[in-house]
Amino acid sequence: MIGNFLDQFWSLTFGGLSLGFIYILIALGYTLVYGVLRMINFANSEIFMVGTFATVIVIRDVFHFTQSSEYATGLRLWFILATALVISMLVSGLLSVVVEVVAYRRLRRKNSGILAPLISAIGVSMVLAETVRIMTDSRPVAAPRAMDKTFIGQFFDAGVRLDNTIIVIAALLLFIALTTFINKTRMGKAIRAVSMNANAARLMGINIDGVISATFLIGGLMTGAAGFFYVLKYENTASNIGFELGIAAFTAAILGGIGNIKGAFFGGLALGLLETYASFFLGTQWKAVTVFVVLVLVLYTRPNGIFGESMQQSRV
Amino acid sequence: MINLRDKGAEVWEKSGRPARVAIVLASIAAVASLPLMGGTILNTPIASYESVLVNPVAMFVLMAIGLNIVIGKSGLLDLGYVAFFAIGAYTMALLGTRTGLNTWEILPIGIAMAMFAGLILGVPALKLRGDYLAIITLGFGEIVRIIALNLETLGRSEGILNIPTPPPIFGVEYAFDSHRIYFWTLLVLILLAIWMVRRLSARRAGRAWESIRQDEDVAELLGVPTFRYKIWAFVLGASVGGAAGVFYASKTLYIAPDNFTLQISILILACVVFGGMGNIWGVILGAVVLAYLPDRIRFLSEARLLVFGLVLVIMMNLRPDGLLPRKKREKALVVKEKS
Repeated sequence: MIGNFLDQFWSLTFGGLSLGFIYILIALGYTLVYGVLRMINFANSEIFMVGTFATVIVIRDVFHFTQSSEYATGLRLWFILATALVISMLVSGLLSVVVEVVAYRRLRRKNSGILAPLISAIGVSMVLAETVRIMTDSRPVAAPRAMDKTFIGQFFDAGVRLDNTIIVIAALLLFIALTTFINKTRMGKAIRAVSMNANAARLMGINIDGVISATFLIGGLMTGAAGFFYVLKYENTASNIGFELGIAAFTAAILGGIGNIKGAFFGGLALGLLETYASFFLGTQWKAVTVFVVLVLVLYTRPNGIFGESMQQSRV
Repeated sequence: MINLRDKGAEVWEKSGRPARVAIVLASIAAVASLPLMGGTILNTPIASYESVLVNPVAMFVLMAIGLNIVIGKSGLLDLGYVAFFAIGAYTMALLGTRTGLNTWEILPIGIAMAMFAGLILGVPALKLRGDYLAIITLGFGEIVRIIALNLETLGRSEGILNIPTPPPIFGVEYAFDSHRIYFWTLLVLILLAIWMVRRLSARRAGRAWESIRQDEDVAELLGVPTFRYKIWAFVLGASVGGAAGVFYASKTLYIAPDNFTLQISILILACVVFGGMGNIWGVILGAVVLAYLPDRIRFLSEARLLVFGLVLVIMMNLRPDGLLPRKKREKALVVKEKS
């Protein structure tokens, strides 16, 4: 078992890394919203699910790929991938803004505590998941493969797959873009101000509703990108995938300290790797259990995340 | 809209003891005669009216009462309530098929198992803020299902077959298709649960829960041992779920992991929210309406969960107190002081 593990170590690690980057992007959706609202965006998992369907629709219906079509190459491939990525991000981003208006805005104005918005967000995610389930007849949907998933190189005997490489590089770029946006722009500064102290930010003339909408938009954009990468990697989706990925990404956000962008990064990577290694030893059917055990252990021992309070200073 | 709960309470306050006993007995008799009213407009197109009355209606009512202790009374959002239901059901299935124990002997064991699970989950989870609790319980509900799906002993996806029906009690036989008997037994369980909740609400535990629900920090500062009472609420809620599970397994004779999905937790949550969190009559009304309507109106049954999701959003936004809101306790106290 251990010998096997060492043999496959690098290929598992690459798989785990790309999964980790998918988690990072979804975890950003949770963490950004938590930063400004101090509430969990329960519908984020379904926003992700809708993002995966947007990707499938673009590849299958806009570019007319089928299971038997030839792989796209060169410039056309990059164009197709970029289009699918951008459209998934936009769909999820806009949906996320709508979710905020429907599930949170009214209750936020009434100051109705923490339970009511949580329940209404659960309702929204239920509506999203069920609508898609009824539209897809409860069946998983396969995404046609648009690209040749060849090995583009070797690393310690493990083949480095093109799709995993694209996911890691593109997600890293998105993450850098996000941190730059949060740290360097005016809107980013407003988001940071609201997450530090919403009342003080209001008194300073910051439009709180605008900032919250912007945060949901950015969180949704990142989550939508994760949906694209998920389809690229696993080539299928279903109306119920949001739940499992959502819990895992939320665990990742907690692991790094929720509300903290860097925390989402390290938490996502750690969880992606951990889950992949654990699946190797225990079998994939116990994947969700591993994640849950990690979540409980982290919350029980270090509820502020592995980086503790010191990182909280640099929260969003 | 008028507050039916307050109107009802007013009538109740005015009547003397004999009148109260009469009201209670009359209501119980009315509810108990429900299965005798079959063949009327209440019939549903899918299953017979009597079987719908047992499952889902009475089943949902029982579970909603249990979940109401957790969510409505103490304000703890439990999204994995189905776990306790599943634990009760699997206890019944395992012990019923492997040992000679019968349903009535397994019932307390199932309840104890569910309470124990509630304790195990509650100790780490209840130290956390409300929304973390929601996620932890959500995960727990799913984990129990995944474990049932993957353990050989629990029958994997095929589940467990040939679970025995309850043996005769007080000379009453439990034939597989005599839904009335099952309904009346459930009614007894429901009445017991109502009685337990009402007794506890009027006592120290009820006041502690109320204070936790309103403001946990203030309650803690005023000397309420919040953690202990939160555990109590959680464990009591679990016990009702466990009892429902035992009885469910014994009624359907066959259980599989598919019976215990996250959707059940959400459905029960919708019942509690729709009827009115914290008010037991509201919760019962909510459970009856939400369990019965999708079976009665055919096109609703396919989109049942969609409708329930909408119910959650709409109720929270427009009428967060539900159909029958909880009694305005402050108002009641003022009235009492004057008189």
